[in-house]
Amino acid sequence: MTETDGPVIDVRGLRKAYGGAPAVDGVDLEAGRGRITALLGPNGAGKSTTVEILEGFRTPDAGHVRVLGADPARAGRAWRARIGIVWQEPVEPSPLPVRDLLRHFAGYFPDPLHPDEALELVGLSDRARSGARALSGGQRRRLDVAVGLVGRPELLFLDEPTTGFDPASRRRFWAMVRSLADGGTSVLLTTHYLEEAEALADEVVVLRAGRVAARGDAATLGGRRTARATVSWTEGGAPRRVATDEPTRTVADLAARFGGEVPELSVHRPTLEEVYLSLIGGEHEGAAA
Amino acid sequence: MTVLRLGASRAVLELREYFREGLQVVFTFALPFLLLLLFTSVFGQGFAGGSAGAAAYYVPTLTAMGLMAVSFQNLGTAIAAERGDGTLRRLRGMPLPAAAYFAGKAGMVLALAVLQTALLVGTGAAGFGMDLPADPRRWLDLAWILLLGTAACTLLGIAVSSAARTARAAQAVVALPFLLLQFASGVFVPVQALPPWLLNVGAAFPLRWMAQGLRSVFLPESAAAAEAGGSWALGTVALVLAAWCAGGSVLCLLTFRWKGARDG
Repeated sequence: MTETDGPVIDVRGLRKAYGGAPAVDGVDLEAGRGRITALLGPNGAGKSTTVEILEGFRTPDAGHVRVLGADPARAGRAWRARIGIVWQEPVEPSPLPVRDLLRHFAGYFPDPLHPDEALELVGLSDRARSGARALSGGQRRRLDVAVGLVGRPELLFLDEPTTGFDPASRRRFWAMVRSLADGGTSVLLTTHYLEEAEALADEVVVLRAGRVAARGDAATLGGRRTARATVSWTEGGAPRRVATDEPTRTVADLAARFGGEVPELSVHRPTLEEVYLSLIGGEHEGAAA
Repeated sequence: MTVLRLGASRAVLELREYFREGLQVVFTFALPFLLLLLFTSVFGQGFAGGSAGAAAYYVPTLTAMGLMAVSFQNLGTAIAAERGDGTLRRLRGMPLPAAAYFAGKAGMVLALAVLQTALLVGTGAAGFGMDLPADPRRWLDLAWILLLGTAACTLLGIAVSSAARTARAAQAVVALPFLLLQFASGVFVPVQALPPWLLNVGAAFPLRWMAQGLRSVFLPESAAAAEAGGSWALGTVALVLAAWCAGGSVLCLLTFRWKGARDG
């Protein structure tokens, strides 16, 4: 049908403007097979527009877009059968039982999962006979994911999947997504939760105002591993701080100078959150964290 | 083949969901039945033949209303709701042919139309002693009027679902013209009692012709004199309904949209 070795997503120079205002302004993106790629950014950074173009729901103004080897804007049913989408806005649940719904949707696909397998994957096996409306918010979200998975997609789009989850549900959800990727499913995740990107993604792409502000794995994002450390202490009643590439030497010098305990000594390396906030500049203020 | 299989699967799903929505069932399915009980009891004395005579007028007339309710009103509001609540968008993200989606709607409406007709005709005959036609040609008339009228109203329902921006607005956009048409088509007040201008308004739309055609099935030949043109005019019924099928198809093609207000 199409190549099986190349990247599942290959995007270069993607642009899309609404009424003259650019929403996506020259984005390059490449996602490897079986990997979890996170698009991270504040509201309005262009995440959803990018994803909707990749899903074939919007046409770009410019740029090269290939998803599973095809142009999403022109791809047909055979291509749709190879992707799964979990929308940002939950779908109004049906009054029918969960398993019946999944069996129905499975019928659209050439090689679907058994409804019970899909329920097992999202941890809803014990609710198979419940009406979808009787599910809790988190369970409804997992049902959305089960619907996205039932066609056995090669590529799964997860658009802000855990918004509104409590911390425990979020962790369960992450474990589920990881197990999918371990099974060979490629995942494109958009999120504005930093810890979600850090917990899940093989690669994080930070978007800011329609452009890629940084990319890399969570550990090295934005030069995090090599960033300068900050050594701070108190001297003469006033806080002091030094940014340095050699914090050990700085601490040793301080210890020698004070002849013992250095008041309120601390050595700080930037957290992912600090790297992220500096990458997106002032854009985060007022937006959700 | 795929379209037929998936269309049938959609129709079954839609019917199951339909009958689990209590309010929707009351307003688009049960209302003609309740009106039949009410009208036949209240107006029974005014008709020749008492309540059996009243039933012979109201069963076909309310069947026409019921057919429009399960097609036009049902789809006009339900598709608008699906557009607003993410259902349509999710389906567009799956390998479901658009034709299968519409085939599912048509299949659901046809099943509801047959059930609706059976309920009203059965109630009229068993409950009020209405005579059932002996001539098989009358039953054939019932079949084509049901099919053609329901098809026209189905297409108009699909078209009108795109007229409102939100599901909430769709309720009004659908309910108001439907209510006015019911008045203008002799559903509440018999056609004999309607002023000519209102009859002319009704004559431009399918409901009046569906009701008139269905009355020809259940009323005696002599009752044709009471119709607006003094005859059943089944040829005109067929022409008007076919014209609305054609016009409705064009409207659907021009207006239908998958995206809702929040989809941009």
